[in-house]
Amino acid sequence: MSLVTATIKRDLVIAARNPGEWLNPLMFFLMVLALFPLAVDPDPKFLAKIAAGVVWVAALLATLLSLDALFKADVEDGTLEQWLASGESLYAMALGKVFVHWCISGLPLTLVAPLLALMMNLPDDAYGALFFSLLLGTPILSLLGAVGAALTAGVRSGGLLLSLVILPLYIPILIFGASAVYHAGIEMEYAGQLGFLASFLCISMTLTPFAVAGALKLNLSR
Amino acid sequence: MTRSAPDNESKRFTTHCDLSAHDVSCERDDRILFEDLSLAVKKGDLIQLVGPNGAGKTTLLRLMAGLNQDFDGEVRWCNENINSCFQDYARQRLYIGHLSAIKKVLTPLENLRWFVSSWPEVKEADLWQALEEVTLAGYEDVPCQQLSAGQQRRVALARLLVTPTPLWILDEPFTALDKAGVDWLEGQLALHVERGGSVLITSHHALSDIPALRQIELGMQK
Repeated sequence: MSLVTATIKRDLVIAARNPGEWLNPLMFFLMVLALFPLAVDPDPKFLAKIAAGVVWVAALLATLLSLDALFKADVEDGTLEQWLASGESLYAMALGKVFVHWCISGLPLTLVAPLLALMMNLPDDAYGALFFSLLLGTPILSLLGAVGAALTAGVRSGGLLLSLVILPLYIPILIFGASAVYHAGIEMEYAGQLGFLASFLCISMTLTPFAVAGALKLNLSR
Repeated sequence: MTRSAPDNESKRFTTHCDLSAHDVSCERDDRILFEDLSLAVKKGDLIQLVGPNGAGKTTLLRLMAGLNQDFDGEVRWCNENINSCFQDYARQRLYIGHLSAIKKVLTPLENLRWFVSSWPEVKEADLWQALEEVTLAGYEDVPCQQLSAGQQRRVALARLLVTPTPLWILDEPFTALDKAGVDWLEGQLALHVERGGSVLITSHHALSDIPALRQIELGMQK
């Protein structure tokens, strides 16, 4: 078993033993979607109109919440040093870390979003678009976020810095994701937006691991 | 701790390359740590870097291990720059920093399993045996957070027994070890150089009774 697969397996075991790590963003997502209808006009028509945007913003912020910890523990306990010492590809390592992060943040969000969207009275036609836009969009959030997390891993309380670095990059994803769901809700074509998300995913999957690897190396050569 | 030397002969390292630094200089915060330093670690060598705190022992160790690129000069493995043969070099040397890379929610066995995942030839039974030798028998399934600092250090040092590498690079390995642990580690160092391996170590601990020992002193320079 190579170090990369061993790391993926190990991180999944760690996540399973530390449920707080991945339940926290999920709870945040749930609370935002539960509280929103209470705070604004509870008229179903109004909620249906804003549902797409609210669900996507909540998913994006929940992901952001979980990113800070992505590399921090590994930098602090010396795991990262051992990665670098192992001589294995940091590119593959970065992809592995992001994959685990998506499995414990993006994937659960994608799975529960259709259930929670019920509370926002999302139009019936939009559920498919919601599911697929999140399925394509949340991995992009993890990939882009990993770049910021890698850059700020050595910084004490780098959470704010992380948000500043990452949020501008998230905006296109938010626009295309929410617009796909909104258009599906008013019975319009939304394949274009999903296509854009899919191409963003391909680009970020090939390019961001380079940036993550570079940033992590920089962190270690202090 | 028990000292096992049953298959000393079969474990001899037949091939061994030299690690050498050529005219390396390193500067931190406008302070020169060392200048034009050359040093060779050959088969059967035990080299201890000594010097006051802040003298650059860890920095020299990390750049010899290939973890730090921020220096002038060259580090070679088998007369080849380590950057051009890093994969091969990484499989031949074991680096244990003063950050132990132990994950606290995992058991000693799981931690050890991750450490050796780059060496597929290591068998599961070897891991159990190594933990037994560092007197952690019975703790294989206890999460590391319930172990003491010294016991966690022993988990990290158990790697010395299972990774089949001729070169060891160890940064302050005696930290947190008790008297018996110190004796055991000294025995392992002596055994390793006897088998034809080599060790580069930083430590404030006196390693006087090992004949192969050479000391290199790094002083504070202006």
